[in-house]
Amino acid sequence: MRPILLSGHERALTQVKYNPDGDLIFSVSKDHVVCAWFSHNGERFGTYHGHQGALWTVDVDPHSKLLATGGADNTMRLWEVDTGKLLKTWEFGSSIKRVEFSPDGTQLLGVTEKRAGHLSTIVVYEINPDPAAEQTSEQSLRIVCDESKATVAGFSYLARYIIAGHEDGSVSQYDAKDGELIYNVRAHDADLQVTDLQWAPDRTYCITSSKDKTAKIIDAGTLEVLKTYVTDTPLNSAAITPIKDYVILGGGQAAMDVTTTSARQGKFEARFYHKIFQEEIGRVRGHFGPLNYVAVHPQGTGYCSGGEDGYVRVHHFDKAYFDFLYEVEREQAQANL
Amino acid sequence: MAPSYENLPMEDDEFDESQIDFSDLDDQYQVRLDEGLDAFVVVDGLPVVPEDSRPKLVKFVLRKLNSVGRVKDDGVFMPLDDEGKTEGFAFVEYNAPSEAIAAVKQLHGTPLDKKHTMAVNKLTDIDRFGKEGRIEDEYQEPEYPPFEQTEHLRSWLGDSDGRDQMVMFRGDKVGVFWNDKEDPPEVVVDRENWTESFVQWSPQGTFLTSMHAQGVQLWGGKAWSRQKRFSHPGVNLVDFSPNEKYITTWSHRPLQVDENHPVPLLSLEEDGKNYIVWDIATGKPLRSFTTIDVPSGTDAEGNPVKKKMQWPTFKWSSDDKYVARMTQGQSIAVYELPRMNMLDKQNIKIEGVMDFEWAPATPKRDGIRNYEQLFCYWTPELGSNPAKVGLMTIPSKEIVRTRNLFNVSDAKLHWQSEAAYVCVKVDRHSKSKKSLATNLEIFRVREKGVPVEVVDSIKDTVINFAWEPKGNRFVLITTGEIPAQTAVPPKTAVSFFAPEKVKGGAVGNFRHIRTIDKKNSNAIYWSPKGRFVVVASLQSQQSYELDFWDLSFEKPKDEKDENEKDLTANLQLMDTAEHYGITDIEWDPTGRYVATVASAFRHRMENGYHMYDFRGQLLREEGIEQFKQLIWRPRPPTLLSKEEQTEIRKNLRNYSKIFDEQDLAKKNTANRQVVEQRRRLLQEWLGWRESMIEMLKEEGAEIELNGGKIRSEDDEGAEEIEEIVEEIIDESEEVVS
Repeated sequence: MRPILLSGHERALTQVKYNPDGDLIFSVSKDHVVCAWFSHNGERFGTYHGHQGALWTVDVDPHSKLLATGGADNTMRLWEVDTGKLLKTWEFGSSIKRVEFSPDGTQLLGVTEKRAGHLSTIVVYEINPDPAAEQTSEQSLRIVCDESKATVAGFSYLARYIIAGHEDGSVSQYDAKDGELIYNVRAHDADLQVTDLQWAPDRTYCITSSKDKTAKIIDAGTLEVLKTYVTDTPLNSAAITPIKDYVILGGGQAAMDVTTTSARQGKFEARFYHKIFQEEIGRVRGHFGPLNYVAVHPQGTGYCSGGEDGYVRVHHFDKAYFDFLYEVEREQAQANL
Repeated sequence: MAPSYENLPMEDDEFDESQIDFSDLDDQYQVRLDEGLDAFVVVDGLPVVPEDSRPKLVKFVLRKLNSVGRVKDDGVFMPLDDEGKTEGFAFVEYNAPSEAIAAVKQLHGTPLDKKHTMAVNKLTDIDRFGKEGRIEDEYQEPEYPPFEQTEHLRSWLGDSDGRDQMVMFRGDKVGVFWNDKEDPPEVVVDRENWTESFVQWSPQGTFLTSMHAQGVQLWGGKAWSRQKRFSHPGVNLVDFSPNEKYITTWSHRPLQVDENHPVPLLSLEEDGKNYIVWDIATGKPLRSFTTIDVPSGTDAEGNPVKKKMQWPTFKWSSDDKYVARMTQGQSIAVYELPRMNMLDKQNIKIEGVMDFEWAPATPKRDGIRNYEQLFCYWTPELGSNPAKVGLMTIPSKEIVRTRNLFNVSDAKLHWQSEAAYVCVKVDRHSKSKKSLATNLEIFRVREKGVPVEVVDSIKDTVINFAWEPKGNRFVLITTGEIPAQTAVPPKTAVSFFAPEKVKGGAVGNFRHIRTIDKKNSNAIYWSPKGRFVVVASLQSQQSYELDFWDLSFEKPKDEKDENEKDLTANLQLMDTAEHYGITDIEWDPTGRYVATVASAFRHRMENGYHMYDFRGQLLREEGIEQFKQLIWRPRPPTLLSKEEQTEIRKNLRNYSKIFDEQDLAKKNTANRQVVEQRRRLLQEWLGWRESMIEMLKEEGAEIELNGGKIRSEDDEGAEEIEEIVEEIIDESEEVVS
């Protein structure tokens, strides 16, 4: 599994995303630039210029037409994927930590940072999927997180719920229609923030990662913790792989402590765990800084990771990855034949 | 009705405090008030003299009393009885209470002449203890508590699987575990804050020692209850006698024991002392000592050399009968137990003595009936006298053997575990004092006249040496010249030695087997049963290798190395392993497993442990944050006779068959359990997924059921566009004629 190194960014990566077809990778970094890449060979497709601060987040709509980004310049922006044209800018009182489209692409969610005078909020806008159309400035929903600030959030199946991860390690479920808090569950260790939340393809369950060195699979309907993956390092990101029942976890010693430790110590590896048996299967080395984000190809044929070291590493899985089966899985496969 | 606050009488006129009898409370909580009499002492045991010689006596006594402090002018009051004679005691007032305390401490029991011995006590003490009623006039039989059955302290040896225990100290938790090979160790007991600094086993594994600011505690038995407690405030280190009869505690801070700082079981005698030797069975101190200040020498450039403390300072003979301490350069003091009196009431003077070591077992010497304890010592060159190594018997103090050595810069004494040999590693400098080389002087203690064999074929300095336990082979590590100020440690070489084969079962001369060059190793760990040895590089950032060697490898006959044919060894490297950050290696007492530790005491990187079998196969590794110690629980010596042991060794094949079957059965059940567990998890997951898909169908969630993809119109009529790009790199025309 020889990775492709995408070295187009000058500073630490913050998020990487595949489009639903898996042919494009979008990456954002602290260097203010959004890049789009071809996933199969790592050529650059284009860049999106306009942000005035470090970028924290990116998402692409299900039709690969619209791109949403958010960053430290307190704006959330909407771009046309094909042309790089800036379609819309929403301004806020604090930076945007996370953006995500709803499954059908008609809604866009943003998470705002908590800052003096500004509480952390989750905002939702109605989106017109046509790039030529005028976009609204009207928020369709605004959820204020006054207990503990939200760090990550996303839409569940049918855009019924909004699931958010918080700084205090809890995960909450809001009604996506009226923004009412339904549940709040202490999923991770207290005061160790939830760092990522990614969805299974059908959005009935998600995986959260946390600084408490664990990742957990959580049922989107009940917020029940279904699986727990224990590692030995603070985690920044976790992803669920389609086709194979694995999860990929990324993290490493916090960036500020890295200078004092060797790469061996930093544990800058992508870790593969079996989703159902919760056992570690393998690791992929390569980054020389913590992994800030891991994203999986929607068809499950590869993954890419963005690191604090400024590189995106794109991996295409080998045959062995697809062939690997536990004995009981093999039995099950035989029984289904 | 119970009285409530409202109907309590507001003022109770009849209440009279004086009517309440507080005497029981007074007795119980009697507080010693500062009576201003602390500067007074009572001197007893003085001669009875007539009045006219009283001033003479006072003057005589004053001379003694003024040696520790200043007695006030007219501070001696010596009363007379009816007949005008002194009563044999005097009241003395010092200038300060501290002087009075010093007088009690130093002058009590001082002989005045042949008949009279001075007894000095504090006035307040006499008052306190001698008051009427305080001491019963009649002897009262002490009450004996009824006999209570205590726990069996060696129950762990009866484990049906013959497993070994180990203690692990990580974070604030100390736990004792059974070693279960590949499987996670089984918890026996696990407690938070069991110790304040470290834990230690007693030499035969009976007790687990925990260290606290107040002292040392011993734990044991099935319930891990406290067995003994030795209060020694500020204790730093402990050391047991080999048979667990006695324990030595040491604190770098002198003990402070006086009225204001009472310590259970300790008396004024222990004040100012650093070492205490205790009897473990009674829990009482036997004797205490202060640290001997070694005059720190200076190195070649005149800088003071920091002396490393030698621990244990008090070294025990193998039978627990003697304990000895050396005063460097002067003498060795040997104390007899259990009374802790000095052997023959005097130090053994050995001029210049640098180091000594007891034989680790009672040496069996040829032609000697009464085996005695033996220790080995060495002295450096003094003036024109050569350096010397000697062997001395205790208690007879006979020097069995000495050997003169020249050009010695340092020597180390290494006893073989059965006291059959002692190897003196002598670092010798050349005449110019520029280069160093090492000689080994091996004393064959068991043979007649204790012959000495010299191994002088080693060109480099030996940095480590270790005998095979219960055997006669040894391993050493040499290193070349150490270049000054380089970060990279010099390469080392590991050499193996074994005796030659000789007829008649005797032990032949020691010969070099093989040397492995260009290693980084610095540590040698023999299996406690001999034969296997681990050579490792510890506490190094760059290298963390472990080599597992077998010295009695069974090779096919024809493959035997010609060189090594006539040696009683067959060297084979079995396996090599790596453990990043390794700081300690621990063989289990049976020699079956090796635990390697990366301890948080040394560094904070990848703390945890690895477990290997004796062949170097990694069984288990576990990273634990704040992992500090892993120590195997030692086992007491076997109770089987020699014959029984050989019998077992003969039938080893039959036994191992049973063990293999047991292992296999255990593995199978374990595997089956794992598989069962996985099957269950898989079924649960699939069931849950099915219910989710069902739910989504009912909800009509099209996008989700399509794997998150939106079906669009052009999906049906998708056309494949094939693009062929032809690139003409070069075109040339040639005319063919």
